[in-house]
Amino acid sequence: MIRLKVNGVAQSFDGDPEMPLLWYLRDVLGLTGTKFGCGMALCGACTVLQDGKAIRSCQKQMGAAEGLEITTIEGISAHGPHAVQTAWATVNVPQCGYCQPGQIMQAVSLLSSKPQPSDSDIDDVMSGNICRCGTYQRIRAAIKTAAKEVA
Amino acid sequence: MIAEEKITDAEVKTAERAFIENVSRRNFLQGMLSASAFVLWVGKSQLLAKVVTVPDANLALPSPGVETTAFHPGVFLGIQADGTVLIVAHRTEMGNGVRTSLPRIVADELDADWSRVKVIQGDGDERYGSQDTDGSHSVREFFDVLREAGATARLMLVRAAALQWGVPEAQCVADPVHVVSDRNSSRKLGYGELASIAATLPVPKKEELRLKTPQEWRYIGKPAPGYDVTEVCSGKPLYGMDVRVDGMLYAAIAHPPVLGGKVKSVDDSAALKVMGVKKTIPIDPFTPPHAFQPLGGVAVIADNTWSAFKGRNRLKIEWDNGGHAAYNSEEYKKQLRETARQPGKVVHAVGDPDAEFAKGGKIVEAEYFAPHLAHASMEPPVAVADVRDDKITVWSPTQDPQGVQQQVAKALGLKKEDVTCHVTFLGGGFGRKSKPDYAVEAALLSKKTGRPVKVVWSREDDIKFDYFHSVAAMYIKAAVDDKGMPKAWLQRSVFPPIGSTFDKDAVYGGAGEMSLGWNVIPFDVPNFRSENGPATAHVRIGWLRSVANIYHAFAVQSFANELAVAANRDPYEYLLALIGSGKTIDAGQNPEMAKKYPYDTARLRHVAELAAGKANWGKKKLGKGSGMGIAVHRSFLTYVASVVEVEVDDSGAIRIPQVTTAVDAGIVANPDMVQSQFQGAAVFGTSLARTGEITATGGVIDQSNFHDYPVARMNDAPYHVDVHIVESTAPPAGVGEPGVPPIAPAICNAIYAATGKRVRELPLTRNGFA
Repeated sequence: MIRLKVNGVAQSFDGDPEMPLLWYLRDVLGLTGTKFGCGMALCGACTVLQDGKAIRSCQKQMGAAEGLEITTIEGISAHGPHAVQTAWATVNVPQCGYCQPGQIMQAVSLLSSKPQPSDSDIDDVMSGNICRCGTYQRIRAAIKTAAKEVA
Repeated sequence: MIAEEKITDAEVKTAERAFIENVSRRNFLQGMLSASAFVLWVGKSQLLAKVVTVPDANLALPSPGVETTAFHPGVFLGIQADGTVLIVAHRTEMGNGVRTSLPRIVADELDADWSRVKVIQGDGDERYGSQDTDGSHSVREFFDVLREAGATARLMLVRAAALQWGVPEAQCVADPVHVVSDRNSSRKLGYGELASIAATLPVPKKEELRLKTPQEWRYIGKPAPGYDVTEVCSGKPLYGMDVRVDGMLYAAIAHPPVLGGKVKSVDDSAALKVMGVKKTIPIDPFTPPHAFQPLGGVAVIADNTWSAFKGRNRLKIEWDNGGHAAYNSEEYKKQLRETARQPGKVVHAVGDPDAEFAKGGKIVEAEYFAPHLAHASMEPPVAVADVRDDKITVWSPTQDPQGVQQQVAKALGLKKEDVTCHVTFLGGGFGRKSKPDYAVEAALLSKKTGRPVKVVWSREDDIKFDYFHSVAAMYIKAAVDDKGMPKAWLQRSVFPPIGSTFDKDAVYGGAGEMSLGWNVIPFDVPNFRSENGPATAHVRIGWLRSVANIYHAFAVQSFANELAVAANRDPYEYLLALIGSGKTIDAGQNPEMAKKYPYDTARLRHVAELAAGKANWGKKKLGKGSGMGIAVHRSFLTYVASVVEVEVDDSGAIRIPQVTTAVDAGIVANPDMVQSQFQGAAVFGTSLARTGEITATGGVIDQSNFHDYPVARMNDAPYHVDVHIVESTAPPAGVGEPGVPPIAPAICNAIYAATGKRVRELPLTRNGFA
């Protein structure tokens, strides 16, 4: 039996230990805000926070999830919008929006370690997250907006 | 274009969907509208009531209940007694912004308060008219329809107030929003208060409506954020991938690796041992032409997505690959290039270019090549179907819900009215999700299991089994005068056509594909001929954002740059000279379209001047290894120019610090969304130019995921895209696609300016650039 916390709630799992956290979140817990994009840690759509740091949930097997504290997009939205989400709305970032929960979780992680990121900090950290609609310019602007808000 | 006897009307319609200027399609649409969407009815709309019935799934799409007293003047809107205005978005949201732009057109003419509008996603239903969300025509084709819908409701509310107060209609006015005021007193009645009276009134005739003047518009032409931005950013279940239905099973399908392949034998023993796997089910191979039929193969049914994937990977299948196993894309490339050197079918001709070539003057010629591309939308294909007692419910991220109804019904031997298609948000579409093969798979599996089934495609499935954007070889030749201006121009394009998806023997491009940047060029050339050569398809061919414009604009706009270089002239000044002072070109449009949307090269010239001016062309100091390139293109009735600045280092690594795009799309519904679309198009164009390439060996697609089919990331996308929208009173034109075609040639022209190296084959990775 694997025990972990998701968005502060204790959970247990006794299914296939090879099942990635991504599919546990989506299909077992019904937390579908975390998206499936590639299954190979190439696109970042499945980004969640493990102990506050961004990870790719498609690469974290449930067999290795014992004791983890996971936060998903639903978790940061629980008490009204996070500053990053507010900035995303202000800049009107999304087009199709499918990658945006992953982008937002990655940006939350970035701002927690670097509250005032430079352009190259943003490029370095956000380049793992693909947006096929091409909203990168607005993502960069929203991160800067959120950084001002937090500062 | 297509051999009619082999395919159904529905498939013809769908095939033609990509070809937006097609005469018959246009007429078809108008027939639909006059039969349905223009016909308004008073009282409770069954259609609207059906749409707002909460589907039996978890989706977070707003679905307020419908009151029996509500006022539903037609298929697109309703007004509740509490003043809530329901507006149907009947077309698909996939990043194009239609759930914002279309309802705001209705709300504007209705004088509704936008904050009291609830947007309802329309199910598939022919009463809306066309729901095929491709070809960049959502606003273009429904601008007038939606304005009239709003104005009709407003007039009926005004008449309801006049009736209520017992005063002449002229004394009542919708002012300022959401209320009708009495001009002679301070009396006001809210729209909600008037709804039940309005619902008893006859629907006014079109001639009685007064549409607003552009100066009176409160929403049209004003920037607005996306209607759903909060839900999207909080991870609400909105997408097809997010649909969960009680009792649902999950399926992953092992498709034949080669198009047309069949299962010879299958050993599913290892698959069935995977925890969560329930069973395997064979799916029949298609009968050619493949059209929108499933590819066939073996489905693994499980109680979660991961188990289905894992079980699928453990199937041991021996395939009979069939004839397309001989397809090798490197060899095929040579064939296309040879064909492009041979005389082809004449598409359009002016004057006598051969006579000019025979005179023995200076000749410039070049060959271009652009490979297959995959759509690779972030959400892979996915659908949920629930088949019960010959009634089917489908939840699908689809660009074409009526196509889902038709194809699912056909596959199960039912009527399309028996298929309900709920349209979810799309995690990108780009043309892939116009093809409902994956929804048909879900329906077949639901029928066989007796349970709702969710078919999930992995990224590998998505890339290997796409309806690919076509590979193309092009040849262009010009005879130039002593100033370097072309006296004669011949261009020949060779590509496996979209028609091959619907007619396995189709080898020539359809009129639609030829109209996408090839039948005519926007240049002043007295002798011109465009041709098309034959090519046989070995993969499924489909349409991808801006379709044939991608390779055609790449060739024509690169060649214009080559002519400027040959003439030793500045490429921008030369481009203006090629366009000339402006004229109307006969682009083979039907008379009605040609009248409403003439091909006016003065508008193209204007966007070129605007983009070059804003980019500081010829004035900006550029460092070593830097260069600017320009390209112009008209597609989907919109005029676009892009100036791209590149920096190339000694290793060939490319950075794009700036793209400047100017666009004339006529009246625009939501300028912020237009900005977004053209910013995104610059990134999409950069992806295909830098790394976009699908190849095949032995009929099997070589690429599988984002490591071998890379798309632009933040660090290799253009750093900044400036979009300048021309203020216009011309009718609305396309927005979603026209930004793509100029990007690749503008990048390549910039690379030439920076390095002196000419790129004639995409992608850039084939040319030592990265």
